[in-house]
Amino acid sequence: MSEITYLEAIREGLSEEMERDENVFCLGEDIGAYGGAFKVTDGLMEKFGESRVIDTPISEAAIIGAAAGAAHMGMRPVCEMQFIDFISCGYDILTNYVATARYRAMLPCPMVVRGPSGGYVRGGPFHSQNPEAAFLHTPGLKIVYPATASDAKGLLKSAIRDEDCVLFFEHKYLYRRIKEEMPGGDHLTPIGKARTAREGKDVSIITYAATVWKSLEAAEQLEKEDGLSVEVIDLRSIAPMDDDAIVATVRKTNRVLIVHEDTRTGGVAGEITARINELAFEWLDAPVLRVTAADVPLPYSPPLEDYVLPQTNDIVKAVRRLAAY
Amino acid sequence: MTETVRRKTGRSRQKEETSTSLTRDQLLELYYYMKLTRQLEERLVNLYRQTKVVGGLFRSLGQEADAVGSAYALDRSKGDILSPLIRNLGSMLVQGATPGEIIRQYMAKGDSPTRGRELNIHYGDLVRGFIGQISHLGDMVPVMAGVTLSFKMRGQDRVGLVYVGDGATSTGAFHEGINFAAVQRCPLVVIVENNGYAYSTPLSKQTAAKQLVDKAIGYGIAGDKADGNDVLATYEVTKRAVDRARAGGGVTLIELMTYRRKGHAEHDNQSYVPEGEIDRWASSNDPLDRYVRVLAENHDVSAAELGAIDDRIAQEIDRATDEAEASPMPEPGDALVGIYADPPEEKPLWFREGVRAAVDVNERPSSWGTHDV
Repeated sequence: MSEITYLEAIREGLSEEMERDENVFCLGEDIGAYGGAFKVTDGLMEKFGESRVIDTPISEAAIIGAAAGAAHMGMRPVCEMQFIDFISCGYDILTNYVATARYRAMLPCPMVVRGPSGGYVRGGPFHSQNPEAAFLHTPGLKIVYPATASDAKGLLKSAIRDEDCVLFFEHKYLYRRIKEEMPGGDHLTPIGKARTAREGKDVSIITYAATVWKSLEAAEQLEKEDGLSVEVIDLRSIAPMDDDAIVATVRKTNRVLIVHEDTRTGGVAGEITARINELAFEWLDAPVLRVTAADVPLPYSPPLEDYVLPQTNDIVKAVRRLAAY
Repeated sequence: MTETVRRKTGRSRQKEETSTSLTRDQLLELYYYMKLTRQLEERLVNLYRQTKVVGGLFRSLGQEADAVGSAYALDRSKGDILSPLIRNLGSMLVQGATPGEIIRQYMAKGDSPTRGRELNIHYGDLVRGFIGQISHLGDMVPVMAGVTLSFKMRGQDRVGLVYVGDGATSTGAFHEGINFAAVQRCPLVVIVENNGYAYSTPLSKQTAAKQLVDKAIGYGIAGDKADGNDVLATYEVTKRAVDRARAGGGVTLIELMTYRRKGHAEHDNQSYVPEGEIDRWASSNDPLDRYVRVLAENHDVSAAELGAIDDRIAQEIDRATDEAEASPMPEPGDALVGIYADPPEEKPLWFREGVRAAVDVNERPSSWGTHDV
C-alpha cells in the first residue's frame, strides 16, 4: 500500500464513510464542482452526485443549522467551513442549537463540522485561526484535532459515526507536508484517547495538531544536545480530554510543558494545567509551563507570524527550564 | 384571500373567508384547538399568579387562529413537521401536544417533556411532528431547511413548516436559512406572523419594507399573505403553500397579519402600545369571536354544540392541571444526564460527590437521544 498525505487521508475517510452509509453527505462552499478550496472533497461529487456533495451559498449558519435539521432526521451531514476561521459565523447555532439539542430536547444531532485550521502558512488573521478553545467551553460539542495522516482519517471516520456533533479541525500546514501508509481495514481512531507520539522519562510535552511535530523536533534536539528523554503526548481529542493519559505522563516524568499554537489567554493549555492541578498536583516537581502563541491576532508577514507562533526553539528553551527546575 | 388587516384601527366587520374545503367535523376541530389554546393559557395565567409557573408566561391571546389554521394545513399522516414559535401553542396542540405536557413544562416538573431542562413550550417530538424552538430568533429556519432537505434527499412526501415573527425577519439566521432552502427547493413553508410588535419594538422600527411578504421576491420564492385572525383564510393560504411544497414547488413565505394583545410575556405592561389599540382588536377583531360567527352563520353550528366542546376542554384542562400539580420536581442529579450519547452522563463534581445522583435511581429512557423512538 502506498503512502498518502494528511489531506488525502481526510478525503479517503470521507469517501469510505459515504460509501458505507448513504446517510452521510457533505455540504459547504465550493466543495462540489470545484472540489473545495484545498481540494479535500475533490472527486466526491463525481463519485456520489450533487445531492450528496452540496455546494451551498456563503452561509455558515445555514450550513450548520441545516446539518442539524438533517441530522435530527437520521442523516449524517459533514459540513465544511472553507476556512475554520468562518466557523464563528455559525457560532450561535452551533453552541446554542446544536450543542444543546440532545440535552434540552433529546434530539440526536450526529454531525461533523470540519475545516482547514491553523497557521504557519502566512494566512493572516482570518485564514490561520485555531478556534478550539472557543468551543471547548460549550458542553455538548466534541473536538478533535489530528496531527497525523492516519489519525486524520481514523478520527474523521469516528467523528462521522459519533452520535453527537464533532468539530473536526484539520491543520492546513500538515495537509500536504506529511505522508503515511494507512492502516488496513476499517480504520477508526477512538475519540477521547491521546497518543504517545514519543516515549520519554525526564519531561513531558502535552500538545496536539501541528505543534506535535515541533515538539518532536525539539525532543530530538534535546536528546542530542542535552541527553534529555522527552515524552510527547499528542492529545488528538480536545473534548473529551484524555485525563488518564495526562495524569499518566505527569506521574511518569513529573515535569510538564503544554504546547499549543492557539493564543495563550483562555487557551486549552490553561484547562490542561487546571486538570493537572486537580488530579496530579502531588506528582509535580516543577510548575506546569506553557508555550503558546502570543495574545495577538495572527499577523501575515513572515517575520511577524514566525515571531508570534510557537517555534521549536521556544519548546527547547522551555523544556530546559523545566529540566533544570 | 382576505384583504390586509389595518393595524391601527382593526375593523368593525371583517371580510371572512367563506369558501372552505374542510368538513363540518374539521371545522369544529379548528374551533376546539383555538379554544383549547385560549383556555389553557388562561389556566396558565392562574397558575402563574399562584407562583406555580416557575419562569415567564407567554400568551398567544388574539393569535390563536393563525397558529391553529396554519398547522392544520399540514398532513400528520404523511409525517409533516413544524417548528413552533413562542406564540404557537395552538400549532403544537394541533400536532398532538397535550395540555398536561404544557402545564408540566411551565411548572418545571421532572416528568415534563424536557424533564425540567427547558422552559414553557420549548419542546418537541419528532414522532408527533414538532421540533422545539430555541430562544435565538431565526435559528429554526436553517434547522427546518435541513429537516426538509432530508425529506427531499430521501424522496419522502413530507413537508416542513417554520414560524417566525416580524422581529425574526431581521436576523441573519432567517436570511441564511430561507435563502438556503430556496436554492435547494426544500419543501418548506415559512410563516411570518406579523403581530405588530417584537417585544416592544413596532414593525416600523424593525424594517423599512412596506410588507414582509415582499421579502419573498428577493429570495425568488412564492409569497402569500392572509388575515391571520381568520382561521379559514389562514388554513387555505397555508394549504396552498403546503401543496406547492409537496408537489416540488419549493419554499413559500406567508405573511399572516395578526395582533399581539398581551405583552411579550406576562410581566410586560405594554406601556409602549398606543391607547385603545388593544381594546379595538379585542372588541372587533378577536379570532375566536369571528370564527364563532362564521360557524353560526355559514355552517349552521349551534351554541349548544360549541358549549359541549367548551365543557370537554374545561375537563381536559382541569385533569391536566391536577396531574401536573401532582407531578414530582426533577431529581437534582438528573441535570447530569444526556449531554452526550457517550458518555451518557457527566460525573458529579467532587464537591457534590456523596449526594446521591438521581441518575442512579431514575430510569433512563432507552430512546434517549436516539433514532429508534
